[in-house]
Amino acid sequence: MIHSLFLISNAGDLFLEKHWKSVISRSVCDYFFEAREKAVEPDNVPPVIRTPHHYLINIYQTFQKLMFLFSKLGVCFIVDVLYRMCADYFGECSETTIKDNVVIVYELLEEMLDNGFPLATESNILKELIRPPTILRSMVNTITGSSNVGETLPTGQLSTIPWRRAGVKYTNNEAYFDVVEEIDAILDKSGTTVFAEIQGVIDACVKLSGMPDLTLSFMNPRLLDDVSFHPCVRYKRWESERVIAFIPPDGNFQLMSYHISAQNLVAIPVYVKQNISFFETGSSGRLDITVGPKQTMGKTLECLVVTVHMPKVVLSANLSATQGTYNYDPVTKILVWDIGKLNPQKLPNLKGSLSLQSGAPKPEENPSLNIDLKIQQLAISGLKVNRLDVYGEKYKPFKGVKYVTKAGKFQVRT
Amino acid sequence: MLDSNKDSLKLEAMKRIVAMIARGKNASDLFPAVVKNVACKNIEVKKLVYVYLVRYAEEQQDLALLSISTFQRGLKDPNQLIRASALRVLSSIRVTIIVPIMMLAIKEAASDMSPYVRKTAAHAIPKLHSLDPEQKDQLIEVIEKLLADKTTLVAGSVVMAFEEVCPDRIDLIHKNYRKLCNLLIDVEEWGQVVIINMLTRYARTQFLNPNVNESLLEESSDKAFYASDDEEDEDEKAEVTTLEKRKPYVMDPDHRLLLRNTKPLLQSRNAAVVMAVAQLYFHLAPKAEVGIIAKALVRLMRSHSEVQYVVLQNVATMTIKRRGMFEPYLKSFYIRSTDPTQIKILKLEVLTNLANEANISTILREFQTYIKSMDKDFVAASIQAIGRCATNIGEVRDTCLNGLVQLLSNRDELVVAESVVVIKKLLQMQPEQHSDIIKHMAKLIDNIQVPMARASILWLIGEYCEHVPKIAPDVLRKMAKSFTNEEDIVKLQIINLAAKLYLTNSKQTKLLTQYVLNLAKYDQNYDIRDRARFIRQLIVPTDKSGALNKYAKKLFLALKPAPVLESPFKDRDHFQLGSLSHLLNAKAAGYQELPDWPESAPDPSVRNVEVIRLLERVTTLTSIPDWSKCSSRKDRKEKKVEKPFYSDSEGESGPTESADSESDSGSGSASASGSDEGGSGSESEESREETESEEEEEDEEEEKKKRKKLDMTKAKKQADESAESEQSSGAENRKRGRKAVKNQKSASESESESESSESEDESEEESEEESESDTDVRKKKMPVSKQPPKQSKKESKKETQEMSLLDLDDFEPAPASAPVTPVNFLSSRLVSDLEGLSLTDTILAPTTIAPSGLIKMYELLHRITGEGLAVEYCFSRQPFSPDPNMVAVQIQFTNNTNSETKNLHIEDPRLQSGMRIREFAEIDVLAAGESVTVVIGIDFCDSTQAANFQLCTHTRKFFVSVQPPVGELMTPAFLTENDFKKEQENLLNGKLMGMNEILEKLTLGEKCVNEHVIVERVTATANLSRVPCGSDKECSTPPPPPSAPVYRFAGKTVSSGCLVLVTVTTKEGGGAQLTVNCEKMVIGTMLVKDILQALSQ
Repeated sequence: MIHSLFLISNAGDLFLEKHWKSVISRSVCDYFFEAREKAVEPDNVPPVIRTPHHYLINIYQTFQKLMFLFSKLGVCFIVDVLYRMCADYFGECSETTIKDNVVIVYELLEEMLDNGFPLATESNILKELIRPPTILRSMVNTITGSSNVGETLPTGQLSTIPWRRAGVKYTNNEAYFDVVEEIDAILDKSGTTVFAEIQGVIDACVKLSGMPDLTLSFMNPRLLDDVSFHPCVRYKRWESERVIAFIPPDGNFQLMSYHISAQNLVAIPVYVKQNISFFETGSSGRLDITVGPKQTMGKTLECLVVTVHMPKVVLSANLSATQGTYNYDPVTKILVWDIGKLNPQKLPNLKGSLSLQSGAPKPEENPSLNIDLKIQQLAISGLKVNRLDVYGEKYKPFKGVKYVTKAGKFQVRT
Repeated sequence: MLDSNKDSLKLEAMKRIVAMIARGKNASDLFPAVVKNVACKNIEVKKLVYVYLVRYAEEQQDLALLSISTFQRGLKDPNQLIRASALRVLSSIRVTIIVPIMMLAIKEAASDMSPYVRKTAAHAIPKLHSLDPEQKDQLIEVIEKLLADKTTLVAGSVVMAFEEVCPDRIDLIHKNYRKLCNLLIDVEEWGQVVIINMLTRYARTQFLNPNVNESLLEESSDKAFYASDDEEDEDEKAEVTTLEKRKPYVMDPDHRLLLRNTKPLLQSRNAAVVMAVAQLYFHLAPKAEVGIIAKALVRLMRSHSEVQYVVLQNVATMTIKRRGMFEPYLKSFYIRSTDPTQIKILKLEVLTNLANEANISTILREFQTYIKSMDKDFVAASIQAIGRCATNIGEVRDTCLNGLVQLLSNRDELVVAESVVVIKKLLQMQPEQHSDIIKHMAKLIDNIQVPMARASILWLIGEYCEHVPKIAPDVLRKMAKSFTNEEDIVKLQIINLAAKLYLTNSKQTKLLTQYVLNLAKYDQNYDIRDRARFIRQLIVPTDKSGALNKYAKKLFLALKPAPVLESPFKDRDHFQLGSLSHLLNAKAAGYQELPDWPESAPDPSVRNVEVIRLLERVTTLTSIPDWSKCSSRKDRKEKKVEKPFYSDSEGESGPTESADSESDSGSGSASASGSDEGGSGSESEESREETESEEEEEDEEEEKKKRKKLDMTKAKKQADESAESEQSSGAENRKRGRKAVKNQKSASESESESESSESEDESEEESEEESESDTDVRKKKMPVSKQPPKQSKKESKKETQEMSLLDLDDFEPAPASAPVTPVNFLSSRLVSDLEGLSLTDTILAPTTIAPSGLIKMYELLHRITGEGLAVEYCFSRQPFSPDPNMVAVQIQFTNNTNSETKNLHIEDPRLQSGMRIREFAEIDVLAAGESVTVVIGIDFCDSTQAANFQLCTHTRKFFVSVQPPVGELMTPAFLTENDFKKEQENLLNGKLMGMNEILEKLTLGEKCVNEHVIVERVTATANLSRVPCGSDKECSTPPPPPSAPVYRFAGKTVSSGCLVLVTVTTKEGGGAQLTVNCEKMVIGTMLVKDILQALSQ
């Protein structure tokens, strides 16, 4: 049961509080601040903090701390509610958007949880109950004085397809699917793959009128190892026929996510030759990184970024890149080399020296490299959408499928 | 501003106030001004006022009371949203005076029409309970009532209330257990979590431990699922199992039901649901089945770091008990340098738990990379992990030790210190071989500053001073020098070392020891002073010292058992996984202990009986318990197949008889096509033809004999039963059910086999006969009298029942019944079975009208385009026996040419995905001028998309397509009026998927004046059956027209079996209102269109 919710900004001030049961003094947050001080990085604050009367659960996102008090119930439960809360509604959720829309957020929270138990978390329903603010609407509202609050119970709430609003109408009926695959991999020093797997999601943007019933089939569904679906997908059909049949929610949503495990061979699209060394004497080091394409199936690598978390003793970097730009932040000790598009003829290289804090012992570990990349029009697993059929509605929608491969947690050890 | 008349101003003011509340500023002094606006018309202002009230009512109780009347009015509002929010706010105001009002409101809302309001009522229960625990008894009553609610919307919330208010009243669950299991998949996500957690606890108290005799598990798993027909019987067996522990364990079918129904939820996108199912499987499933959760949990690892943290905690616990489960996913737990520290440490824990002889080398290689990490806490944990691997796996102990010793030369002090501690533990296992390591460590003491490490080294030297006789005194000398500057823990070890050396090597160390002890005597720490005094007494012989002195050496240098390095997660599994208590490894407030398995299973019948009482009106007694009783899938199917058959035939002439008479009379029935009999006869014939396609030649003679025998027994039994009164009192029904089951058991499988083969050879006969007299067949297809007398109606209905029986038998091997999808399939079957059964339950004689009206022929291939081959098709409205999800399409070929047409068959069907077609067997020869009729089955997937295929003769191919009118996509469903209403309400309330209701007003066409025409028109348009009206009890005479006659029709779609309910309400002056309720909106809309057209013509 979620008892209360406090939103805390990165700077440490509490900018929103909501209580679902009786009011809890905000002094409980002190426990949290204490813990945060102990942990050096915000990532490292333990997710659950125990206090004499309450349990604090904290969730960190790039912009803020969310904190909650509750008793009982599985922890997963709470964590998930909170994530859903933020992400679903505004699409983008930052400290400023919340501060700007404090009343709406507050109303939303009231609507989502009743007595600390989730009541309605489906964003479509919430949007009908309390319409999200847009510039257009706020203008209309000030002129006409109409309200943002829905007067009737959203139809979805009562049906068992709560994800779809009733009475959707579009002039252009379109359905787009993005197959996004991320490669999670760990490569060791010599370039051999320690571990690699593919995590894929299919994001959909469906703007279809009425109540369409869609069926999506794959050329090679056997590839999919482990899948999880949006609740709209009929699991039975998947089990028996390996097709995805569903009545889609309106707008953007994540249709499914899948996992292609390490058992299958995963093509690694990039190789990295690196040489980072620190000298015993004379506080300095050398860095030399070359990136080249490996198995790219004839596509170009884009948005290539190499990130290096340098050891604490590295003060500055004096490097030269044959392509792209590099940037070293001496405070966070992160070196970012933004390469951009990879030209297979002329491999990009970053070379130069690092200067270390004088007197400090040389770091015994070389920093590992995180690589970020993007390949358009390719699903690295080879997954292909076969066809999309629309049943139940007469019109012919415009259909599109896009494939993108990205690097997920792609790490090269050195 | 709040006093202003303008809503916009009020709104602005309220927004500011709420913003203040949100920032945590006190706005309580505005209370009187705000409360005034509670009756405001503007809904947005109202909402904000509610928000304010909930926040401050507690502080200003008197003023808050002013608003109560508004809520009380709100509770009676026709808008369900307002009713619900009024109740919500009312229950959220924490003012003790209004407890009785709240109680009343909750009670009222609990029986509200709208499930949304009922849901809110369920939410209000824990609020009231926390406000006034004395209301508990009354609240439990409400909970009990709400638990019986069948809508998915309410289920989650009420279980939550149950968990909050009375988690120990497990008896309330019994009767709802199966319902909850079956509903589970449709409940909203958060409700699923709560229900699963509750059911886990429930199952722990009600079922036996599936892993009781693990050794026997392998062999028993095959046998475990036998069906037992009698509850008592099974009970006994269960008891025997526990007593003797020799017989194979028998899983309670309800237990199985729970496991089966939760399994698909592992694919949920909601991490909490997956986690809940995982813990359920971990706690409840037999060992062999727990494995399936691993994959899902590994998937969760991709989630947010907080979720990862929770999941890893649980995985760590699971890996201790069930290591094999996660071994294939070992690599998923490899650590990235970017993970947060707590995640890293948990992953390490999991890796350590997973280590075994086979994978230890890869794991150790991983650990080596981890040791170089910059994160020092993590490095320390890695070293400990290596230590644990080394202790657990003997083979690698030396390698680990060597690796650790190398670490001793590491520059980082923390690493060295940690390795020292670990080495110390390792060395304790086999000190003799490693005196050089001890020496090496002794040298290290000069450099290492970390107290724990220093203490460890000292202890090592002391313990094994015999192995390093030269170094030990030297170390003590150094230590004595620096004694005063050491940490307490080191000082204690110095004293220890001194004492041990004194005992073994008193010559060299006597003075040193004295010195150390003297220093310790004046230490600030009382522990150290104490220890010094104690040791001095013990080792230094004085006159006073007694017997202890002699044993000092034994005391100090006793052989100490090597420490066992254990996982901190070792004992955590007594907490329910996924719970907060588990996470903290301590009991959190309100944690419900997971009970141990009972020694012997409590009576499982508690669930049965109650379920029956609950569903009494909808079902006959036997179906549910028996259905869930038998656990082998095959058995179950058979039973289900049989049951409607038996129970339906009660008190009526046996369907087999009629079937018999038909097949016996053969062509006779064909000639009787004009009569009522013929209508039903043709039905069965057609579907039999269908089976022809997949039949195999069998010995007809034998089969017939067998069949006759069976028929005789059946007929006898039915005669018996028909003697019994038709009353559907519970007990009697059950008895019958038992009998039926027993009978079935004796006949067992052979029966169903013979039945299917029976149909086969019958169909042979039919087809032979048919080819002889096509014209007759044509006629037969043609309709029957418009309102057949009762007898024939019953007859025909039974026929369909009987047919469905056969269908299923045939259906069994069909691929569509893939064993992976039992849950939905079964439950949908169950529903339809119940619908069928309910008919006999009521005293009302059914007045359903068999599908009548002209069966329209459509042209598939015109005579001219077909070059003399004319093909027509019609929808025969018969169940397609090889696959009940297919629509039977009857195709008639007429050869208008002068030559024979050969090899008629279907080729190259091009279908929309999901659609399937079952072709007819090739027709070898079609003589000139002849015509022949075949039946194909097409699964249209409940859509009106055309099925395209090629029709091939020996010379040509024709592209043809079959497009079904929407009305043909359904089969009649038999409901009573009450059931109809209930279902309609359910649909409206969204119990079933995708509720929808379409209302349409129309003017009836000129001809649609009387009942018959309307009924006929509707049934001609759609394959529905009339729902008997309450007024016509004995339907032989048409009922006196009620003031506003209502006609109801029911059916369900062929592919997915969702209900289609049609209501036509006639009004005076030719007006009428058409209501169509259907889960599938598309079907509903199209159906409305069609019926409208039919009725207004």
